[in-house]
Amino acid sequence: MTPLMRIENLNKHFGGLHAVNSVSFDVQKGTIKAIIGPNGAGKTTIFNMIAGYFQPSSGEVHFNGKLITGMKPFMTAQQGLLRTFQNLKVCKNLTVIDNILLGYHTRAKAGFISGMLSTKRSRREEREALEAVLPLLEWLGIMDKKDTFVGNLSFGEQRSVELARALAPNPAMLLLDEPAAGLNMHETEGLARNISELKKQGRTILLVEHDMGLVMDISDEIVVLDFGVKIAEGRPSEIQNNEDVIRIYLGGDDA
Amino acid sequence: MKKYLPVMLLAGTVIIIQLLTLITGKGFLLTQLTMSTWYVIAALGLCMVMGYAGQISLGQAGFFAIGGYTTAVLSTIDFSARTGTSVFSFFDSLGLLLTRQTIYGDTVIYLSPWAALIAAILIAGLTAWGLGVPVLKLRGHYLGMATMGFGIIVNRIVVGTKIFGEADGISNVPPFKMFPGFEISGKVGFRVGNYYFAWLVVIIALILLINLINSRAGRALKALHGSEDAADAMGVNTARCKTAVFIIGAVLAAVAGFFMTHYNGGIGPSESSVIKSVRYVSIVAVGGMANIWGTLIMGMLLNFLSLRGVFGHFDDAVFGIILVLMMMFMPDGFIRKEVFYSIKTLFRGKK
Repeated sequence: MTPLMRIENLNKHFGGLHAVNSVSFDVQKGTIKAIIGPNGAGKTTIFNMIAGYFQPSSGEVHFNGKLITGMKPFMTAQQGLLRTFQNLKVCKNLTVIDNILLGYHTRAKAGFISGMLSTKRSRREEREALEAVLPLLEWLGIMDKKDTFVGNLSFGEQRSVELARALAPNPAMLLLDEPAAGLNMHETEGLARNISELKKQGRTILLVEHDMGLVMDISDEIVVLDFGVKIAEGRPSEIQNNEDVIRIYLGGDDA
Repeated sequence: MKKYLPVMLLAGTVIIIQLLTLITGKGFLLTQLTMSTWYVIAALGLCMVMGYAGQISLGQAGFFAIGGYTTAVLSTIDFSARTGTSVFSFFDSLGLLLTRQTIYGDTVIYLSPWAALIAAILIAGLTAWGLGVPVLKLRGHYLGMATMGFGIIVNRIVVGTKIFGEADGISNVPPFKMFPGFEISGKVGFRVGNYYFAWLVVIIALILLINLINSRAGRALKALHGSEDAADAMGVNTARCKTAVFIIGAVLAAVAGFFMTHYNGGIGPSESSVIKSVRYVSIVAVGGMANIWGTLIMGMLLNFLSLRGVFGHFDDAVFGIILVLMMMFMPDGFIRKEVFYSIKTLFRGKK
């Protein structure tokens, strides 16, 4: 089976720092893959190269059979690759429903002119967007906050808004950048339930996460990075028993 | 049709104000009201750029001047000396050449203002595009400085160029005879007509902008203001979005400048000055930034008072002071949704 995403020999230099060193891995359709590693291992750098925020120094990212390296973030989103942010990027001047409808942007086409003239197509698309988005609010339990400005929500609720926004266009793949960062234990459990629900729906997810419990619970496969180098890849049980991984996390003889 | 209800209320208010001036015999006030209305259209354009999309522009007066000067130059060229040239026969074949009598009784052949209107929109739109593509990559006050630079360039070109009348401006702009029995001009007989026509343009602009705000593109604009990264990550082509709204703002300003020039019968370099741009910014700020109704109300009020000379020598200073005070004490503007909510709850009583 050809993977949904194939990452080949990705490299990134920041001046003299080799932040990501020839990393390759695949993400199969319908699976959850996690990237873990100590601080500064290059997890977020890889994420940013996939989503188009950084240009890789060399290497390629293929998604859905297309080469997406060199694409800008809005273009990768148009390819069906939707992301959330570690440090929340929500539009505080918009209501919850408008924030989530923003996620539907790539699914609709009406531009400025048809917006101004409020054409039939523009109105039909707005209706369709609302129909697509309302079940997400229901699912995440933020229906009653529909018309609240996002700035007035709790941090956990804002995270839910971001997740709903990324899910709005029914994306081919989700990129979750530390989805549990800043959540309390109760909220993290809710997040874990939501992610396994998404997995049941057959969604493909690539995530970066620090919460080991969460990663071991929900992922199908894990990639472990250390100083920009991939040191292990496999199922959670394999990773837990991998000597190299134990050494970088707990410290080995040479540490 | 609920979203158009405020527009209908506005139309009613416009009629009531006209009737009031009629009853009280103060029809002359309509002149300043009409001029304020044209200024408000330019402010509405800026409201979209600055209030909704969050892109600071200190060059709005430049676009207003582009609209005004385009028609001032084009409609004052005398074609009677150019009969037989290819340019003459081209415009003549399109039926775009008109004749009029000057006050000295000479016959002048001039280009139809309809052609000038199209030219004004095209020039303003293309300028906004050419300026916007590089400049809108800047953020915050860097963008403010760059657009202010544009405003200064327009102002200096106008002051320094002979065909723009240098410091005197252009003052013999003919009336715009839009259709039989109606013209855009300052003549007393057309005062009421011009008042209603100006409001008609505002109402059309308002409907278009309200539709835009409530559409997919409008949501993308507001998202741009809230978090450009978020809009980008959700697939919004932010560069194109910014350019589009910048063009919309520029075209509205140019249309306003065009009609104002025919209404006043001329235009001077002060219309392109930076202080005029600051006025538009302070109107949008005091109107509540992302609030076209606030911009409309405050724009009418402040421009009307200014044109009536209420602020006297301190005219420009008043707008500057307003801007400073707004930024210090109410950066979200004076007319805000929250204020309306609190007024509403005041009448309803506490929940």
